[in-house]
Amino acid sequence: MEFQKKLHEFQQYIDAEEKIEPKDWMPDDYRLHNIRQISQHAHSEVIGMQPEGNWITRAPTLRAKKILLAKIQDEGGHGLYLYSAAETLGISRDEMIEQLHAGKAKYSSVFNYPTLNWADIGAIGWLVDGAAVTNQLSLRRTSFGPYSRAMLRICNEESFHQRQGYEIMLKMVKGTPDQHEMAQDALNRWWWPALMMFGPHDNQSSRTTKGMLWKIKRASNDELRQRFIDKTAPQAEFLGLKIPDPKLCWNEASGHYDTAEINWEEFNKVINGDGPCNRERMEHHKNVHAEGAWVREAAAAYATRKEV
Amino acid sequence: MDMQPALFQYCLQLGDNNLILGHRLSEMCSRGPMLEEDIALTNFALDHIGQAEALLKYAGEIEGKGRSEDDLSYLRSVDAFSNWKLVEQPNTDFAYVIARQFMVDVYQCLLYPKLQKSTNAMIAGMAGRFLKESIYHQRHTSAWVHRLGLGTAESHRRIQQAFNNLWRYTPEILTAKPFETLLSAQGIAPDPEELAMDWTVQIIRVITKAGLRRPSDDFVESYTTHTEHLGPLLADMQYLQRTYPDAKW
Repeated sequence: MEFQKKLHEFQQYIDAEEKIEPKDWMPDDYRLHNIRQISQHAHSEVIGMQPEGNWITRAPTLRAKKILLAKIQDEGGHGLYLYSAAETLGISRDEMIEQLHAGKAKYSSVFNYPTLNWADIGAIGWLVDGAAVTNQLSLRRTSFGPYSRAMLRICNEESFHQRQGYEIMLKMVKGTPDQHEMAQDALNRWWWPALMMFGPHDNQSSRTTKGMLWKIKRASNDELRQRFIDKTAPQAEFLGLKIPDPKLCWNEASGHYDTAEINWEEFNKVINGDGPCNRERMEHHKNVHAEGAWVREAAAAYATRKEV
Repeated sequence: MDMQPALFQYCLQLGDNNLILGHRLSEMCSRGPMLEEDIALTNFALDHIGQAEALLKYAGEIEGKGRSEDDLSYLRSVDAFSNWKLVEQPNTDFAYVIARQFMVDVYQCLLYPKLQKSTNAMIAGMAGRFLKESIYHQRHTSAWVHRLGLGTAESHRRIQQAFNNLWRYTPEILTAKPFETLLSAQGIAPDPEELAMDWTVQIIRVITKAGLRRPSDDFVESYTTHTEHLGPLLADMQYLQRTYPDAKW
């Protein structure tokens, strides 16, 4: 009875658009849902450093290198910020990393695709950060206070990244035929993975209902995906690039773009660890973590020594 | 030696040191022992590349042949680079990264305040900007030298080994080059001998405080301008510019 009463009050609080703070009472499911979502988000920021990092050393100008470095540094910062937000729910960063390494915690499937030419760095900014920011703008109103505040800050930086990505694409399409080809190739490879970032269709997503009820999620997967497509299709046209979807066309009646169906078989494979780079990404993270163990141990030993 | 080529050489050396060190640090992205350190090293990379950009731009202007900072970075070959051998050494492990960085930080923290008083206003202005960054870097790496030296037996062994193996690249830092001596006489650059002395004192002081031994000077000094490591680094860094010479990025 007591639990039902608390749950009812909790729901009323959320319905009134109040924020839940770490020390407030919350149902276990709410806590777990947030831990899962925030840690997944944090892991995505961190794993996302790998495909982009692949081009830092080959960035073609000093300016491009500085922008990319600053961007990846931002992503790392987001990771740190989000790990801290998740820690307020009673889980440590070490535990979250253990879950990642054990395959219990996920990260965004999009980072399991390779970066093969310089335009990929533009396409990631434009499409991947563009998709992320579409999702994150709605998450600024999420009901868990620390997550919501993290989103406010992260969104500003992500919109900036998206513009930087678009700038790279613009330079590439205005450049030599080789550069134009790289830009088209990048769009061909990143378009569908970017759309998959929004997750399964609403009627297939097991977590959507509760997430919406508790206002953790503020818009559905399909709604957000459509918003992204509607925003991005005209941008591709402006660039003079062709989106790799023969069915893509403007639908006057609905006021949205119509598209072909996502390849859900591919999506499921990537989610379940069989994408093009899943193994490499995890192996890289595990190896670096293992190689850094002696440094972390030294820092811990030194801290104990200082306390004495 | 005329003043103009000397000034060009001087800015080129300062720029190249920052460029190559910044590049090495940028290789550490997603490879830090913890996320905080990953971010810190990327941040240092950004600072050094920013410094390189300003210095090489100025070098190109002094040279007067229309070479931009990007031309100087991406279109020169190994023998035209004038960076120290120390900064091109690979990221063998975190201890090497810290030892290498610490030795450069101490140097820059001694150099930049002196350059702020340079009779060349352009150099003085840049030095003022750079110094803020270098002070922060040195604080960070000195703390790590201390932490690793006094942390565990393994960290002690690794940081000592890094200093021992990198030490043979330090004579280059300590030997005055003709262009440095010339610029020093004009009040454009500081006295290289004095700088070398202060550098050694500071390095030894921090190393000793961290419970480490002064590395042995008993090595054959390399007379080559570079080690085997710079070639592959440039091949990586210059790949796009060299492969697509007509492209604008």
